[in-house]
Amino acid sequence: MKILVPIKRVIDYNVKIHVKADETGVDLANVKMSLNPFDEIAVEEAVRLKEAGKTSEIIVVSIGSEKAQEQIRTAIAMGADRGILVQTDDPIDLGGIEPLAVAKILKILVEKENPDFVLMGKQSIDDDSNQTGQMLSALLGWAQGTFASAIEVNNKSIIVTREIDGGRETLKLKMPAVITTDLRLNEPRYAKLSDIIKAKKKELEIISINTLDIDCSPRLKIIKVTEPPARQNGIKVSNVDELIDKLKNEAKVLS
Amino acid sequence: MSVLVIAEHNNKRLKAVTLNTIGAAKQLDNDIHILVAGSSCNSAVESAAKTENITKVLKINSKELSHVTAENIAPIIADLAKNYTHVLAPASTFGKNILPHAAALLDVQQISDISAIIDNDTFERPVYAGNAIATVKSSDDIKLITVRSIAFEPSSNEGGNAHIENIPSKGKSKLSSFVALRETISDRPELTSAKIIIAGGRGIGSASNFALIEKLANKIGAAVGASRAAVDAGYIPNDCQIGQTGKIVAPDLYIAIGISGAIQHLTGIKDSKIIVAINNDENAPIFQVADYGLVADLFDAVPELENKL
Ligand SMILES: Cc1cc2nc3c(=O)[nH]c(=O)nc-3n(C[C@H](O)[C@H](O)[C@H](O)COP(=O)(O)OP(=O)(O)OC[C@H]3O[C@@H](n4cnc5c(N)ncnc54)[C@H](O)[C@@H]3O)c2cc1C
Ligand SMILES: Nc1ncnc2c1ncn2[C@@H]1O[C@H](COP(=O)(O)O)[C@@H](O)[C@H]1O
Repeated sequence: MKILVPIKRVIDYNVKIHVKADETGVDLANVKMSLNPFDEIAVEEAVRLKEAGKTSEIIVVSIGSEKAQEQIRTAIAMGADRGILVQTDDPIDLGGIEPLAVAKILKILVEKENPDFVLMGKQSIDDDSNQTGQMLSALLGWAQGTFASAIEVNNKSIIVTREIDGGRETLKLKMPAVITTDLRLNEPRYAKLSDIIKAKKKELEIISINTLDIDCSPRLKIIKVTEPPARQNGIKVSNVDELIDKLKNEAKVLS
Repeated sequence: MSVLVIAEHNNKRLKAVTLNTIGAAKQLDNDIHILVAGSSCNSAVESAAKTENITKVLKINSKELSHVTAENIAPIIADLAKNYTHVLAPASTFGKNILPHAAALLDVQQISDISAIIDNDTFERPVYAGNAIATVKSSDDIKLITVRSIAFEPSSNEGGNAHIENIPSKGKSKLSSFVALRETISDRPELTSAKIIIAGGRGIGSASNFALIEKLANKIGAAVGASRAAVDAGYIPNDCQIGQTGKIVAPDLYIAIGISGAIQHLTGIKDSKIIVAINNDENAPIFQVADYGLVADLFDAVPELENKL
């Protein structure tokens, strides 16, 4: 069984971001970039399935700049078998390659590689779109299992537990399927140094986005990107009585 | 042309987030239709018809939709969408699951989680965990949009008198099937519409200690929320997680107890009217956004607070 794992290079989740002064976007020069955390969870799950003998091959795919090779290598060091980079000079966070275009590119790669299912993140932590997996499922006409906190792979089907607003829902998906990961699916491993070195030698295919016959022009024009309004500074209270007094008499949020 | 809202409901009534989504739709057009798709959903349909601002209810009552999956509902939405300028759904797990699927069927780039409407094509949406606000202008003919509920006033669930139109279902998709639902049963208010929220983090220390939070919440009729760390540790169910990848809330009063204030958490609470933090680390980042901060051991402060309220 073969799994395709789309991964995205994004700003590291610990970095405090800065909006550019000209309001055209977020400053990504010289900041730490990482594998999108949800995609790291997807890679981890794929590797665990391989370790359990449920799958034979894990292919990671990224659409991004040539630097996204770093994230592909990280995924390979975690245990993926090979990588494909669809290279573009356009931004992939805002105003460039959008989820619909990513889904169209992934569809082409799926048709080429024929995986049994696609395992990917539920959300990029830069554009916060939460769309690509659902779109890919629609374009392929495959079963969809979003926000997975547990998956069980059988012969022809996958049982997915989904984190939803009212609790947890379990679905049975016919394979092939698209699954997106939620935080509770697993805790990703750190790649060992020796594996990071070995990953440098694994196969990484590079495809130019221009060779794919897809119109990737953005549908959402970025008019501006601004800082959110800041909250006013608050105060420290010295004890519970003072807190209750403030809440009742100053803020008037308790009666 | 008019605007279509996709209702999230429990077959009996519309969920509160649907009313906020109608509130957003109102800023686009006066003629708002709503799709209520479900099974034995007559009461939900009737309540939709009475909702302020709704002019037409599209009803699909079919056994196949007792559990709505993206594969079942998205093709219906995609067909209907051709008659509308905008299709709006709440940015809840329900809306997030189905609307992008419909958008791809229509070759539309969805606009996720909008927090403001500038004009019929232009919207604001938080990105980078709410640390930036992007103003985006869509060039698609039909706009498919998910709506951040706290950013829009809800429509009233009274005062409407909409016409109800039956539409057929498209049958059951064979791609996926429902197995089970483990619902979190609670008498407390829903997080996304609660006036007061008491939230606990890793500092609470264990699932049994979480009773402290619950007791305080019960005393003042509050909803209970949590940080990711508290959910990951199994103190409380996943649907209580507040933040970038959980629920976005905006109560009048948010009390964060034993929560450090990571950006991923703060983005989910920063539109609250008053934020209170109780934490024994005076340097915890949560104090930078708290209106009232109490540096104290929660195991002393929370029982005292509960006693005195
Ligand atoms: C992709 C991604 C998405 C994420 N999404 C979310 C999200 O949606 N929501 C979210 O919340 N997090 C999210 N996180 C996690 C986030 O980064 C933090 O790890 C998390 O919010 C920390 O939770 P916490 O504040 O409870 O725990 P900690 O950071 O460990 O803080 C515990 C706090 O409790 C205090 N404390 C301990 N004992 C006591 C005591 N006796 N009395 C008083 N105070 C005490 C400590 O001083 C500390 O400040 C996400 C992370 C990633 C990578
Ligand atoms: N540029 C990209 N390259 C590869 N995968 C991507 C890319 N953008 C998004 N994805 C995948 O789609 C998921 C959801 O992203 P989004 O819809 O942008 O929130 C991510 O977690 C990735 O798995």
